[in-house]
This record gives sequence, structure tokens and C-alpha cells, in this order.
Amino acid sequence: MANEEHKYNKDRFEPIEISEEKGEELSRPQLSYLQDSWIRLKKNKGAIIGLLILLFIGFMAIFGPYMNNYTFKEQDSNITNVPPRVQGLENISWLGLDGKETEVLEGESVEALKEKALYVFETEPEFIESKVIQEATEDEMAKVEFTNDIYAARGIQDEYYWFGTDQLGRDLWTRTWSGTRISLYIAILAATIDMVIGVIYGGVSAYYGGRVDNYMQRIVEILVGIPNLVVVILMILVLEPGILSITIALTITGWIGMARVIRGNVLKLKNQEFVLASRTLGSSDSRILMKHLVPNVTGLIIINTMFTIPGAIFFEAFLSFIGLGLQPPLASLGTLIDDAFKSFQIYPYMLVFPSVIISLIMVAFNVLADGLRDALDPKMRE
Amino acid sequence: MAKYILQRIIYMFITLFIIATVSFFLMKLLPGSPFAMEGKLSEEQLELMKARYGLDQPIPVQYFNYITNVAQGDLGVSFQFDNREVSTLIMKKLGPSLQLGALALGFGMVVGMLLGIAAAIKHNTFIDYGSTFLAVIGKSIPSFVFAGMLQYYIAVKLGWLPAAFWEGPRYMILPTIALAMFPIATAARFMRTEMLEVLGSDFITTARAKGLNSVLVTFKHGLRNAVIPLITVVGPLAVALMTGNLVIENIFAIPGLGEQFVKSITTNDYPMIMGTTLFFSFLFIFIVLVVDILYGIIDPRIRLAGGKD
Repeated sequence: MANEEHKYNKDRFEPIEISEEKGEELSRPQLSYLQDSWIRLKKNKGAIIGLLILLFIGFMAIFGPYMNNYTFKEQDSNITNVPPRVQGLENISWLGLDGKETEVLEGESVEALKEKALYVFETEPEFIESKVIQEATEDEMAKVEFTNDIYAARGIQDEYYWFGTDQLGRDLWTRTWSGTRISLYIAILAATIDMVIGVIYGGVSAYYGGRVDNYMQRIVEILVGIPNLVVVILMILVLEPGILSITIALTITGWIGMARVIRGNVLKLKNQEFVLASRTLGSSDSRILMKHLVPNVTGLIIINTMFTIPGAIFFEAFLSFIGLGLQPPLASLGTLIDDAFKSFQIYPYMLVFPSVIISLIMVAFNVLADGLRDALDPKMRE
Repeated sequence: MAKYILQRIIYMFITLFIIATVSFFLMKLLPGSPFAMEGKLSEEQLELMKARYGLDQPIPVQYFNYITNVAQGDLGVSFQFDNREVSTLIMKKLGPSLQLGALALGFGMVVGMLLGIAAAIKHNTFIDYGSTFLAVIGKSIPSFVFAGMLQYYIAVKLGWLPAAFWEGPRYMILPTIALAMFPIATAARFMRTEMLEVLGSDFITTARAKGLNSVLVTFKHGLRNAVIPLITVVGPLAVALMTGNLVIENIFAIPGLGEQFVKSITTNDYPMIMGTTLFFSFLFIFIVLVVDILYGIIDPRIRLAGGKD
């Protein structure tokens, strides 16, 4: 019983030695800022799911294109617009991964419809299965569901295009994952450049203050007025679309947000006592910046960068959409979606995979960034 | 206040001047000639064409002419639609774009506010999580993906609404919803945070302690104070809507400014690109200015902070 446990007798205690040093001893392991944040982040389920999704997509972006034997630019006119087929999943018809196309046709008689189906699918009778939904009666037309086994019809029963192929017969699995790789690459590169420029600009502006700050802020005020949509479009027009030019275009005004946040925080920090103390002890400007100010804004830098990346991914896809994206045979998620849009009413599977991946990336980054904001800077929690 | 507004207007003109200058010189660096589409022209014909559009003069003269014209509201003539004035073309195409933008903004703000209020009142319940989830989705899923889904399932598969064009209220529903996702998400998040903060403040506790009706307290005392800061998101939202407009107009084949802009990019129509760019910038800066001034009038504390920051 509980009472039993609370019975203490003298011999269960032993005297301890009292010493000055013992009082200063830390009884718990010391946690660094990052360890502490990691503990808080782990408690946020959404953020962890986001992180796992990103790790998975990152892994696939690196290794996915090598998982089959097709390349992202190999074209074959025999295998254009082939729907997806996956080993093991091909017998579950509702998944749509069986490599067959299905269409319901309406006409005067079942026989006439069978003729029509051959014409619609451009195929031979032995590859078509028909299922009569409704026989022709006096009032109603006949309705027949036809299923065409494209893989058999094209003589590629042994091939498996997991995501199907596009209008030029290129394997969409390989293209989608190499596109993901390029999209992520552009976004991360742009966000890193934004971060470096923004931190330096904001830090210098705030730390030196006075006239330097005044001039630097006037420049920012003018730049911030320019819509980045306009800047990016103008830059791409001049630079010719490519991985590097898109990255540069994204960074031209992208760093301003970071610079403003850093400036605001450094302004607040630089007048605090610990900076004064350090200065009194004779620290140089660079030491104060690197040892005292930068570590205090690390959280902000990470959070801001995490929010920049999905923005950059969206903008890259957006540029592809208005015809200023990467040039073929290179692909990004944006160009894949743009290409798929041209025929998505007939071949919706082309649009599904890149759209799902880009949406997952965006959601995961946003959720993770939210979680990181709460973890790294609990004061900013909503 | 007058000094603040004046200062902001001066900045607006400096920014516009810089945009005009930069876009002018960038256009001069552009590869490709606007006359490439005209088939084979003889040297002489090319000279004549250039003279007609003033492209034979030295660059500084062209620049000076351009700036003077722009200052008078003359954006030049389009290469693409022969001899039509760019400003006339913009005004003609502006209608559908503004309609779409205003509809999406209005719809998005109202729905977003309702979601945000519901989430704040039912804090930490299923409604709150649902609304937050919706906000994350709305903020993350790119508008073109969402527009494509709507178009495919609702217009093509189910056939409930038209899939393209801009010819009446029925045509406006899908594009508006597609474009409104971002405003809904932004407004819902913002409203939830503000409302939670206001509902936790002392004067609400006082009102409750006095025994006022709880619905009255939430809506009359709480909502009024939470709505005001929402004005600040209108500026950034308007910009996001402009970007979204370009995409949505192309997907739904809406004859607006965004569609025209994309067309002028592919045809190297320099005056049209420059004109639309300047117009976009003007619209953007103007909206931000109006929002800031409005906010300064409604909440005088902002003016002080705005002046110093």
C-alpha cells in the first residue's frame, strides 16, 4: 500500500558532505540551443510528418531517376501517352495503375460501338475488352465500356512505366523525380543566396547604424516597392530561362525580407547589456557580430529560410506556367505540370503525379517551418 | 499625417521611375526583334519600320522620349496589335482581371474571416484544427494545381460549370474559388491569431465580468478590434492575387490583363510588356499606399511606428 512506501526510518538516510562546489553542480545534462529545440520539435506531430515527407521526397529526388532503366530525355514514338503500370498493383483496377485505358461509348448498337472503339483506341480487336452496360432499346442508346490494354497493343508487355509516359514517349517516373530534383535545387539555392545576402545586409545596416543604416534602408524601401513578380519576369526575359538565371531572378528581390527581419532584431539586440559587456571587455566588431549577434538570430534565419523555399518552388513552377521556365529536355515540376496541362483532359495521369509531389513539398515545408518557428523561438508561438 | 502621406507618395514616384528606367534598359538588352514575326523584310523596310516606332534613334533619346511619354500616361503603341495604344489595350483588358481579383479577394476575405473566427471561438477543438488544416492546405497547394483539379472534376467530369471563358456569373465561380484559396488561408490564419489575442485581453474579461451576453461580447467587443489589423494583409494579398491572376486567366482562358501579358512575352511585344509591367507596379504600389494610409487613419499608433521603422 501507499502508506508502506512512505514509512521512512533513520537507517535509510545517510548524511551528505556539504561543499561549495556541490551547489554549483548541474544535475541534468546540459542542452545546447539546438538540442533543446529538437526536443520541442519532436513533440509537434505535424512538423515531424512534414520532415519525414521531405526526407522521402529528397531521397526519391536523388535516387528515383536511377530506379529504372529509362532516361529523362529518351524519346520513343511507339510508346507515347502510355498510362502508368506498376508491378503487383496492375491487377487492382480501381488504382488506375494497370496500364489500361477505359472509356464508355454510347451508340445505336453494341456492334457499331465495337467498330467505333477500334477507331477510338487505334488498336486491334484482341486487345479490347468490352462490357455492355446497357443494350440498345427503343428509347435508349447502347452503352458499352471498353478497356484497351495499351501495353499489349503496343507490344511492350514486359515494360513497366510506373508513372506512364508523356507525349514524346519519355518515361514520366524518371522525368518527375529529376524534375523534383531540379525544383528543389533551384529553391534551396535561391533560399541560401537570399539568406547570405539578407543576413549580411541586415546585420551591417543595423550594427553600424547612423548614416550607413539610413542609406541602406532608403535602398531597401525603394526595392521593396517593386513587385517581385515584375522583377523576376523581366530578369528571365533578359537572361534566357535556365537553372542559373531562374535562381538569380528569384534572389534579386528575395533577400529583402530576410534583411529587414535581421535588421530589426540586431537593432534590438545590439543595445542590450551583454553586448555592452562584451564591448567593455574589448571585443572587436566582428567578434561581437559573430559571437553574440549572429547566434541570437540563428533561429530567425532558419525559420525565414524555411519559409522562403516553398515560395521559390512555387515561383519556379509559376514561371514555367507562363512560358518562362526551363527549356526541354530539362524538366522541373513546373514544366511537367505545364506540359501535362496541354492534354490533361485526355491523359489526366500526367498531371496527377507532379501536382501531388509539388503540393506535398509545399505543405511539408510550410508545416515544418511552422513547427520550427515554435521550436526555435517559443516566444513567437501563435 | 500629411507629411507621412507626402513622403510615401514621393517614394512611390521614385520607385515607379526606377522601374520604368530598369525595364526600359532591360528591354533594350532583350534578344530577338519585334519584327521577327513579319516574315522576310528588306533592309529598307526594316529601316522604315524602325523609324516608325522610333527605334532608329540613339538610346538616350529613346529613353528620354519614353520617360516623357510615360509621365503623360502614354505607354506607346503595341507591336502586336498594330497601332493600338498600349494604354487603351490595358484598359480594355483590365475589366475581367479586376472583376476576378475583386471577387476572389472579397470571397476569400469573408470565408477566411468566418473560418478564423470559428477557430478562435472554438479554440483547441475539432473546428479549430480543421480550420488550421484548411489554412495550411490553402496556403501550400499552388493555385494552378487547385485550378486544374476544379476544372477537371467539376467542369469536365461532372459538367456542372463551364470550364473556360468569361461570359457570365456561371463562368466566374470556378476561377474565383481557385484564386480565393490563398486569401482564405491568409485571412483565416490572421483572423484566428488576432481574435485569440483580443478575446484574451482585459477589456473582454471586464465585459464578461459585468455579465454581458457572451455572444455580444465576442462579436461586438472582440470582432471589432480583431478586424482592424486585417487591413494590413490586403496589400500583400493583392500582390499574390496579381501573380495568381496570370495563372488562373491562362488556365480558364479569361480574356484579361494576365493572359495578354503572357502573350506579349511570347511575341516580344516590348511596349506592351513595359506598359503592363509599369501598370502592375503602379497598381501594386498604389494599393499598398492606400492600405498603409487607411491603417494610419484607423489606428494612429501605426503612424509613429511606421515613421521610425
